[in-house]
Amino acid sequence: MSEIALVGNPNSGKTTLFNYLTGSSQKVGNWPGVTVDKKAGRLKGHPNVSVVDLPGIYSLSPYSPEEVIARDYIMGGNLDAVINIVDATNLERNLYLTTQLRDMGVPVVVALNMIDVSRSKGEEIDVKELSKWLGCPVVPISALKREGLDDLVGETIRAIGTEQPVPKVFQPKVEEAISAVSAVLAGSEPDGLLRWSSVKLIEGDEAEREIHADDLAEIDPIVSSLEAAMDEDGETIIIDGRYNHIAAMVAVSVKKPDVEVVTLSDKIDAVVTNRWLALPIFFAVMFVVYYLSITTIGGWGTDWVNEAVFEEWAIPGAEQWLTDMGVNDMLVSLIVDGLITGVGAVLGFLPQMLVMFLLLAILEDSGYMARVAFVMDRIFRRFGLSGKSFIPILITTGCGVPGIMASRTIEDDRDRRITAMTCSFMPCAAKLPVIALIAGAIFNESPWIAPSLYFIGIFAILFSGVVLKKIQGFVGTPAPFIMEMPAYHMPNARTVAISSLDRLFHFVKKAGTIIILACALVWFLSAYNWSMAAVDVADSMLADIGHAVSVIFAPLGWDNWMATVATVTGLIAKENVVSTFGILFGLEEVSEAGDEIWANVAGMFSSGVAGYSFLLFNMLCAPCFAAIGAMRRELGTWKDTALAVGWQCGLAYAAAFVFYHFGTLATGGGLTIGFPFAVAVLALLIWLFARPMPNPEAGADEGVVPS
Amino acid sequence: MRTLDMIGCGETVRVVAVHGGGPLRRRILDMGITKGSDIKVENVAPLGDPIEIIVRGYKLSIRKGDAVSIEVAGGE
Repeated sequence: MSEIALVGNPNSGKTTLFNYLTGSSQKVGNWPGVTVDKKAGRLKGHPNVSVVDLPGIYSLSPYSPEEVIARDYIMGGNLDAVINIVDATNLERNLYLTTQLRDMGVPVVVALNMIDVSRSKGEEIDVKELSKWLGCPVVPISALKREGLDDLVGETIRAIGTEQPVPKVFQPKVEEAISAVSAVLAGSEPDGLLRWSSVKLIEGDEAEREIHADDLAEIDPIVSSLEAAMDEDGETIIIDGRYNHIAAMVAVSVKKPDVEVVTLSDKIDAVVTNRWLALPIFFAVMFVVYYLSITTIGGWGTDWVNEAVFEEWAIPGAEQWLTDMGVNDMLVSLIVDGLITGVGAVLGFLPQMLVMFLLLAILEDSGYMARVAFVMDRIFRRFGLSGKSFIPILITTGCGVPGIMASRTIEDDRDRRITAMTCSFMPCAAKLPVIALIAGAIFNESPWIAPSLYFIGIFAILFSGVVLKKIQGFVGTPAPFIMEMPAYHMPNARTVAISSLDRLFHFVKKAGTIIILACALVWFLSAYNWSMAAVDVADSMLADIGHAVSVIFAPLGWDNWMATVATVTGLIAKENVVSTFGILFGLEEVSEAGDEIWANVAGMFSSGVAGYSFLLFNMLCAPCFAAIGAMRRELGTWKDTALAVGWQCGLAYAAAFVFYHFGTLATGGGLTIGFPFAVAVLALLIWLFARPMPNPEAGADEGVVPS
Repeated sequence: MRTLDMIGCGETVRVVAVHGGGPLRRRILDMGITKGSDIKVENVAPLGDPIEIIVRGYKLSIRKGDAVSIEVAGGE
């Protein structure tokens, strides 16, 4: 059994190559402790060789989680060979990682990808020359057109177990220092990693310095005399050395055409990121994404699954079938209303999600996604979010579940987590009936209610971005925003399909169970009383719980058990708030906006301010179970999911509290007893927002650039 | 001292030094923005930031606030 790893820069065609190499045998998991996907599979035609797809990285520096994963995995010593995929149209930067890999003592085979594109630009790459400089096999391929792939597999199998000559990339002074450090380390590292560790120590790499803390007394003088001789710090010496070597290598082995060909990609980019056209094009693309995934195809699919498949077919069908079988009524109700409805809550989202994932994959694969970040970065980064956060927020106005899942496309861990935690503040389609109910019952169908909640949603997201960013250790450290703008290319159907199905499957697997269980639990509480007799929701356990806990909402102005019960059933799906009120007021069925119960609902709240406070709380508090499940998937742990939901509920409570007491005063209701507390809460929120950024832990000693 | 954030669209400059330290500096160097490399400022985002540059034959976007630490010369 041999193990090889696929390593390469982002946008080098790594995923396409991996899909080809492993065919249908690939399995997706998570790297331990992080939400970075781990993919592995068996090499096509060689079932005894497993292939691991390492995250796309530019370097093996110790900063981003992706780099740490790749570095630890390669250094782990279990690898028999590495396939290093290199973009032939962007050789210099891609070969930088190659020179690092060549120091690590593992046999490397360079897959020179997109050779067809390079040729069409009129470039000639001397593969033999390149191979000589790198000291390892170089195989020209086109992963997309499936050229050269058999050669690549053959070379890789041959490379297993070989010892490749390590190229000396640095100038003599530096190579001498490396040898001197290696002499100190000899014996404490496996021979293969000796050069790697020595180079890293010259760079002043913290992780490596910790491992070799005992030898530092001998190593530091070697490094400082080299630094003095070159008048540069160790890190610069090594990185400059690699790039200088690469520039020399490329100058000899690549023949560029006399006249640079302006590629189609350049022409597209000139239009798409044009100062004046970029924003209109961006909004047009976003409109299409929303229109296809929420309004039309995705929305139709979701409606069809919910209505035709579940409401009309699966639920009555199963009920009929179980009753015919003579199954006990209570069991029928559990299976049908509890479980099948819960399954429906999961499956109903899939069509919308699939369409959205397909569109996202196309945007990513084509290279447009990087432009989204480029165009929107200025607005969002002030609030601790990424330019790419725009897409999750937009999709959430349709449905929070695909919206939260869309945060997947954000590379930076911190930006991704904040986005996943906060985008469900936007009113989704299922919250609209609740808005319509309150607007109709209390505010005479005022057209200002709905827009006000969208503004509050955006405000809550940006507010949370700033506040969460300042909580140390909560959302990790920021990665610098220095982002490649990859060349545009036609998205590959297979890559797009595999990526979308993977994401869909992961949602079902990671989020499905919890959604079903949570829905079943709330259904159970709302359908039975304490002696396990089936009753209406008004006499159920949930109603009793509502009576008991509704007092906690008294400070928000709606100490009402029915509003409490409706809030809880809203966790299954927000539109349930309306139907629950319907049932509680003794109606079998209510229309979507609940016109029939407007009078009853209006009677529940002491004032318009209290009604709006109820609405505000329901818009901002924990989203439905499906969205919480999606958050769990994106955040990786239950602890973080609980923190996210806690933050949402806390902010919802604080916002409704402040609104109710200030609103009551402003509408002539006089000073409430709670008013001083509302002032205090408001002050706390403002402080959380405005307080200075705490110093990041590493800031002081690593000398982060002063901004 | 001229830094990359001051350079106008269409200008090509040469990197003199990359200042600062930590992850940001490392990232800048890793991406090939090293002493002596040529940078062309290709584009500016619609809202004025970040900028798009060409270095070592490929396109990169970088925030002006980060570009401050890249000292450049020439191109005037």
